[in-house]
Amino acid sequence: MTVNAAPASVPAIDKEPTGIRGLDEVMRGGLPRGRTTLVEGGPGCGKTVLALQTLVNGAMQQGAPGIFVAFEESSLRILANAGTFGWDLASLQREKLFFLDAQPDPGLIRSGGFDLGGMLAALEVKIRALGARRIVFDALDMVLDLFDDPQLARQETYRLHEWLIRNELTAIITAKAGTKLGHRLIEGLEFLEFMVDCSVLLRHDVVEGISQRNLRIGKFRGSSFEENAIPFGIGARGIEVAYGGEAQLDRLPASTERLSSGVERLDTMLEGGYLRGAGILLTGSPGTAKTTLAGAFAQAACQRGEQTLFVTLDSPEQEVVRNLASVGIDLTPHVASGKLVFKSSRSSTASAELHLMRIRDWARQHHIRCLVVDPVSALGKSGNRGLAHNVIERLVDWAKLEGITFLCTSLLDGDSATVEGSSVQISTLADTWIHLNYVVRSGERNRALSIIKSRGTGHSNQVRELLLSRDGITLADVYTAGGEVLMGTLRWEREEEARQAEAERAHEARRERERLADEAARIERQIDALRRELGAKRETIGRLDSGASQITADAARTVMIRTRMRLGDQADGLSEDLA
Amino acid sequence: MTATVSFRLYVAGEAPHSRRAVHNLNAFCERLTPEDYRIEIIDLFADPARALDDKVLLTPTLVVTVEGGSERRIVGNLTDLSGLADVMTRGTDRS
Repeated sequence: MTVNAAPASVPAIDKEPTGIRGLDEVMRGGLPRGRTTLVEGGPGCGKTVLALQTLVNGAMQQGAPGIFVAFEESSLRILANAGTFGWDLASLQREKLFFLDAQPDPGLIRSGGFDLGGMLAALEVKIRALGARRIVFDALDMVLDLFDDPQLARQETYRLHEWLIRNELTAIITAKAGTKLGHRLIEGLEFLEFMVDCSVLLRHDVVEGISQRNLRIGKFRGSSFEENAIPFGIGARGIEVAYGGEAQLDRLPASTERLSSGVERLDTMLEGGYLRGAGILLTGSPGTAKTTLAGAFAQAACQRGEQTLFVTLDSPEQEVVRNLASVGIDLTPHVASGKLVFKSSRSSTASAELHLMRIRDWARQHHIRCLVVDPVSALGKSGNRGLAHNVIERLVDWAKLEGITFLCTSLLDGDSATVEGSSVQISTLADTWIHLNYVVRSGERNRALSIIKSRGTGHSNQVRELLLSRDGITLADVYTAGGEVLMGTLRWEREEEARQAEAERAHEARRERERLADEAARIERQIDALRRELGAKRETIGRLDSGASQITADAARTVMIRTRMRLGDQADGLSEDLA
Repeated sequence: MTATVSFRLYVAGEAPHSRRAVHNLNAFCERLTPEDYRIEIIDLFADPARALDDKVLLTPTLVVTVEGGSERRIVGNLTDLSGLADVMTRGTDRS
């Protein structure tokens, strides 16, 4: 009976890690220790690689010796193939790993029943000698095929299983599931699935020409496990399974450092720039300058001295560099110095999974801090349809984990709702989403940029006009009319108006100033004249005063004399009257 | 005229198939002239290293060498001995 969620009272079984990235998480720890795991799949699914990689990892990382029994491919072939993954098997072989060639002789004559006694006896010797606790039986179906009687085959397999348990070995058995009836083991071997404690099912499909691999845990006695089919890839260093890592996101500190976008005015709109470690998405129709903005970001990063990786999907490096140079973004010195690493890849040549692995490998190799993928939506083309979102999500998660600031562009297919890679979904993953489009007004198309969202940043929500020239990129000043931001000719017209008005005002002011100056001068002259007049008058008064006082004195005396005389006369008259 | 044949039978101790093979081989050889053959029985349980050295993984395995000819292997408890007869005849022809 399989239990998916082990009850709390049952102790968790011991597990041995495979060391394969993602697989141990899928299996919640690894293979069951001291038990047998079946790895099944069609030809070329990766069974041998998975088994060997587990053995090699055990030897390299835990010093655990192991034995590889090869029933199909010769050990020489297997070792040669393994060499392409960069595993140093030569040194491991001396002390930790033993390879046994057990390929059945094609010319073998059979007569009656037989068993695997000889092999097991031989293996016991080796196990003692190495102290091995791990063993792989690769392509056991080849041996079981030798038994004409399926009953005998079953019997022998059970014996093998018992032998494994008795010797307390953690074992991997690989077997081919090859019938065209979908996913079934070759008839007669189904009992293997029932017998083992854990089974891993590998699948390899070719979807629209793209190779897609996935694995699924068929059963795992005594343990919980990931039940979904999980994509994996066979990359330059072996198998990597696309799983895990989400749990670690919690312990990431959020940075408040701002990185320049490469466009000064855009930085202003973003309160300084992009946040370090953020995921930035640039969307827009073809030709809306997404790659240009991405290039500006890359250039700014290199100028800050940060290792940057520019991954261009579907456009050759030379073309990108040339196009950027035409708007004043020169990346060649940064490429030359090694600060900027350019990688181009055709999205149609490999699964999204493989691209993801490659990008991670390049990033690790060059210790990059800033990553550009242009366009990330290319990962969702043709044979990768439907998978892109998952891959991009993991790319975003991984970048955050590594503290890498990740900028990606995404192509929008015009105005249609169905977009490459479904930008709408990708946008939920991004911290900052900038949209570029064309605004058509008055018979013109102008490029417009708007910040749709930016987590952790207050940002301007205006639509700004994006200007490209030989000198670089910038955003135009904002002119509004009727509540709308003006672009292109309308803006230019408005700018002209403003300039004209300004010129007129200046001219007016100048004239007014002149006029007033004239006035002032005139008044000054008037004042001078009046002063002179005043002076003259004062002088006259002065003269008159001195003359006048004399006259006055004379006049006064005369008046007095006259008055006295008159009054005397009057007095005389009165006295006459009175007498 | 038959050449000298050497039979080397690798067995897995007292396992049923191995015991059978010993029995069947002896029965087969009874029909031959004693000088014409040699039997060697190697018990891999007693001497496991031989399994690796001689590349014998399935038991019982009978290695038939006809003098002047090449080695042929037969795996199994030798219930069906026609194969064995075949081998010996072919072995002769190949001198």
